[in-house]
Amino acid sequence: MAWDALTTIADNVQSGRTKATDLVEQSLKAIAEADSFKAIIATTEVRARERAAEIDARIANGESVGRLAGVPFIAKDNFLVFGAETTAASNILKGFNAPYQSTVIERLESEGAICVAKANLDAFGHGASTENSDFFTTLHPKDTSRVPGGSSGGSAAAVVLDLAPFALGTDTGGSTRQPASFVGCVGYKPTYGLMSRSGIVAMASSTDTVGTLARSVDDASLVVDVMAGRDELDSTTINRDTNGYVGLKPSLKGKKIGVISEWFGDGLDAGVKNHIEQTVAKLKAAGAEISEVSLSSLPLSLAVYYIVVPAEISSNLSRYDGQRFGYSTADANNLDESYTKSREVGFGKEAKRRIMIGTYVLSSGYYDAYYKQAQTVRTKLINEFAAAFNQVDILVGPVAPTTAFKVGENASDPLKMYLADIMTVAPSLAGLPAISVPAGEVNGLPVGLQLIAPQREDRALLDVAAAVESVL
Amino acid sequence: MAQLTREDILKLAQLARLDVTEAEVEEFSNELTSILQYVEQLSDVDVTGLEPTSQVTGLTNVTRPDEIRDYGYEPLDLLKNVPTTENNQIKVKRMIG
Repeated sequence: MAWDALTTIADNVQSGRTKATDLVEQSLKAIAEADSFKAIIATTEVRARERAAEIDARIANGESVGRLAGVPFIAKDNFLVFGAETTAASNILKGFNAPYQSTVIERLESEGAICVAKANLDAFGHGASTENSDFFTTLHPKDTSRVPGGSSGGSAAAVVLDLAPFALGTDTGGSTRQPASFVGCVGYKPTYGLMSRSGIVAMASSTDTVGTLARSVDDASLVVDVMAGRDELDSTTINRDTNGYVGLKPSLKGKKIGVISEWFGDGLDAGVKNHIEQTVAKLKAAGAEISEVSLSSLPLSLAVYYIVVPAEISSNLSRYDGQRFGYSTADANNLDESYTKSREVGFGKEAKRRIMIGTYVLSSGYYDAYYKQAQTVRTKLINEFAAAFNQVDILVGPVAPTTAFKVGENASDPLKMYLADIMTVAPSLAGLPAISVPAGEVNGLPVGLQLIAPQREDRALLDVAAAVESVL
Repeated sequence: MAQLTREDILKLAQLARLDVTEAEVEEFSNELTSILQYVEQLSDVDVTGLEPTSQVTGLTNVTRPDEIRDYGYEPLDLLKNVPTTENNQIKVKRMIG
């Protein structure tokens, strides 16, 4: 059964027309029925039922519960949440029960939302298909021979399968936008720092952001509005927009939209190219001023990303040493052996690969040639985005070079898998807000349009995205 | 062009505290070599006059008052995920000898 808009669900719960307990049961039933898609690692059913009963009781008592009263949601399993383990789909965190919750989970709960389950991902967020999950691969809701994208593939599939009305993902280099494009839902990545990462398993700290997966731009904007803003537990957070993120004013009339020419070259699937060009024509027909924009360093962004991000991963994953939490080997004679054996068993192949690359590019003698050079090319890329935004309000292009690929198709070649990120990493490196809006299908598979705005222009981006959604 | 040898892989694994198998040594030297060759396209980029970026929103030195806050965490709850404890302390293997 499909879900109503979030505001409708919350209104119905608050007014007593719908019970939060019934919504939680609807969600848990849908999760059980969709088990074969493997979108979910674990439910938080005991705690979810308790919270729903408490919310219903408070409403019966005449209390106002909040803007997300009784709304069930699903969190990617790299968010620290009470009621289930937090594993990040990794063996090394199996059995880890969070002693506190993510700031954004606390904020959603304080408005009455109820987390019902934890969704599958590529372990630690390392991947574009969920095939790097240490547990299992999530299947595409429309074609089970294909992947749902990643790394937030479980969250994206959950939204399309109607397991809950919205889900949280994370987006470090496209991990929310790319699965949204693959399965056909809205996937939002905010300006770097707009949402706190406190209580989220760290991947690459200079680009990690909280992603929102939803059935409409309007739903996403309410979730963003609840989560956004400074948090003293994450010193990289920035202030929220004084206009907030709800009550969107969708308009394309006179909006200057730049089409990124570098993303329409070799490597872009012909069907996707054709479809995105037609989509852009619709925006023009709706009154947008379309122009072509070139960012000459864009083709370098994937190389920058696959130096910077593994470097940060190797550093962030050093905390998994088998001593303070996580898997710890019983078979060690000294401390060094305990570290090494615990990590060898606990980490999957992709985590190891990225730790090794990161260790290499940060090691003495290679640091300047790789890491420092990548961070400097990153500056060049940031400057080119700034120049482009002097000409246009919003940049658009595809989200990924293809539609959803087959399970196993890219699994044997890590570099080929990395290429799935080629259009999403650049906004991440520049800290820009970006969104994937469903733009129809190519050969029966969903495809998204990516919209990108200047830093801190999240509100303007959501306004335009809502307008784009209404004309597609 | 980077070409990672068996010795390079073993050295990296040692630095990263990973215990790689023989099969992984072979696999990683091939894969890491091809990934590094891909990223080496950056070496020719002219970056004259540009500084590296590590923080994209321009924040510097975010501070807060240095004072004790009570978040309500029980010490024993925080120790629940520790593999081995003794007297409410984290117990590790001996480091010397």
